[in-house]
Amino acid sequence: MEAAMGLMRRIHPKNTDMALSALLSLLPHHSSDLLSQVDQPLQVLFDVECGKEFILCEYNRDADSYRSPWSNKYHPALEDAPYPSSELRKLEIEANDIFAIYRDQYYEGGISSVYMWEDGNEGFVACFLIKKDGSKTGQGRRGYLEEGAWDAIHVIEVGAEEEGIAHYCLTSTVMLSLTTNDESSGSFCLSGSIRRQMNMDLSVAEGHLCNMGRMIEEMESKLRNSLDQVYFGKTREMVCTLRPPFEVVQMRLPDS
Amino acid sequence: MAEEKSEEVELSYKQKTEIAKWFLLNSPAAEIQYIAKDLRSVLNDENVYKEAASEAFPLYNKSHLICLELPNNTGDVLVTSYSEIGENEYLDPRTTQVAIVDHVKQVCTEVRPATDEELPSAYIEEFRYALDAQIQKYVGEAYTKGVCAVYCISGKDVEGPGSDFELVVVISASKQSPQNFCNGSWRSIWNIEFKDDVQGLEIRGKLQVDAHYFEEGNVQLDAKHECKDSSVFQSPDDSAIAIATTIRHHETEYLSSLEASYSDLPDATFKDLRRKLPVTRTLFPWHNTLQFNLTRDITKELGIGK
Repeated sequence: MEAAMGLMRRIHPKNTDMALSALLSLLPHHSSDLLSQVDQPLQVLFDVECGKEFILCEYNRDADSYRSPWSNKYHPALEDAPYPSSELRKLEIEANDIFAIYRDQYYEGGISSVYMWEDGNEGFVACFLIKKDGSKTGQGRRGYLEEGAWDAIHVIEVGAEEEGIAHYCLTSTVMLSLTTNDESSGSFCLSGSIRRQMNMDLSVAEGHLCNMGRMIEEMESKLRNSLDQVYFGKTREMVCTLRPPFEVVQMRLPDS
Repeated sequence: MAEEKSEEVELSYKQKTEIAKWFLLNSPAAEIQYIAKDLRSVLNDENVYKEAASEAFPLYNKSHLICLELPNNTGDVLVTSYSEIGENEYLDPRTTQVAIVDHVKQVCTEVRPATDEELPSAYIEEFRYALDAQIQKYVGEAYTKGVCAVYCISGKDVEGPGSDFELVVVISASKQSPQNFCNGSWRSIWNIEFKDDVQGLEIRGKLQVDAHYFEEGNVQLDAKHECKDSSVFQSPDDSAIAIATTIRHHETEYLSSLEASYSDLPDATFKDLRRKLPVTRTLFPWHNTLQFNLTRDITKELGIGK
């Protein structure tokens, strides 16, 4: 299992799907571990009844069906499928509505879905998903990207409330790829994924949704920043190490 | 849920080998040994691993233009499809030696002098030698630690003016920095066709740059570019200078275009995926979401909006 995760850490992000299915076939007895530890690009389905797309993940799946957060129905229909309690469903509906506005303000498009379920310890778990196609044929407003995908998965475990305080544990993953392509400079592609965790004890006075939303917003900004500054920056540094820009060579000459 | 998926359909030997080869061939630049180590323990089958490695390593080594030290301290040899003489034999035209290579260990085990048949004619060698000298000078100046070679890939036995021939310039630079979780490689292949009838040179370049950063994540850059140029067929020395100048020009331009792509990221390209701040330019008003609902209800009722 450690070696399998080692492979996933190195293999090109565009090959994640292929690598995961290869590992699943080589290590069938580790399939549930692999599926829970390796994040895959998000898929969507269309909820005909509500005329909206929703995102698929392990948390809205039962057998081969997926529950839409809009109509609360499984696609395809499934008997005896699990549903959140009516109280939690109310929070889920509200979360989906608000999160869609949040998503639109930051992503200028994209699809979002929120799923919630009871965790058996008087608390609950919520999963916030966002998928954005930023390519010029998709929802890239500025039209710079030949190909551009952003998938965000936020899972928050909310502990039972004690004296007005609840514990929140957020695990977030962002997977992205962006490609520009033009005649004069060829194709330029950056892709990757990072995962981070954040724990907080917060007063529930303003409600769970408010707390979860703020944590997600902070986390998304952090992840975007570190992708931009750290991860992309490191690959840029590497290019400059291999073949320094002309000026650097000039400056280095007197030493040698 | 797990049960449905663990219907163990045992993979055949051939399927396992194919999967193993896929992993090895898709290793990032300079990381095949790490992939091999993890793959070996995932496979848990030495025969499968050995067969996959024996097929995949030579292909990987050639496509990544890996550089191996010659055992007699006379320099380095590049493993490329242009310098391949036999299965494990690679010509180093600069020292007129042939390196015997262990692909899986990625080392050069022995060298032997090249035979006359393996080397180009004296006429061709003049062009090749002159170009090699210019390219070495350029690579020495432009790359931190670059390796280069010039091969004749067609018409190597041409004895004098009157026939076409083709040289290829290979430049390879790679950097491994596992303690910083970062690896990268720059590969350039320049084909130069010497056209005797029109007294012209056709120059075609293929550039490929990869970088991988994997501290608590996995982010990779892959950039590719192709370009074309032409020049005049001149004396060996003058042709060499013209070609090296052309290559230097295109590679410098390409590096600037890579820099430009990076500078466009924060405010242009990346913004099409996710903005730094919302369209409102202030953090999302989570505390005020009730108001949102009201506004939306009103919008809905009035039938405006989307």
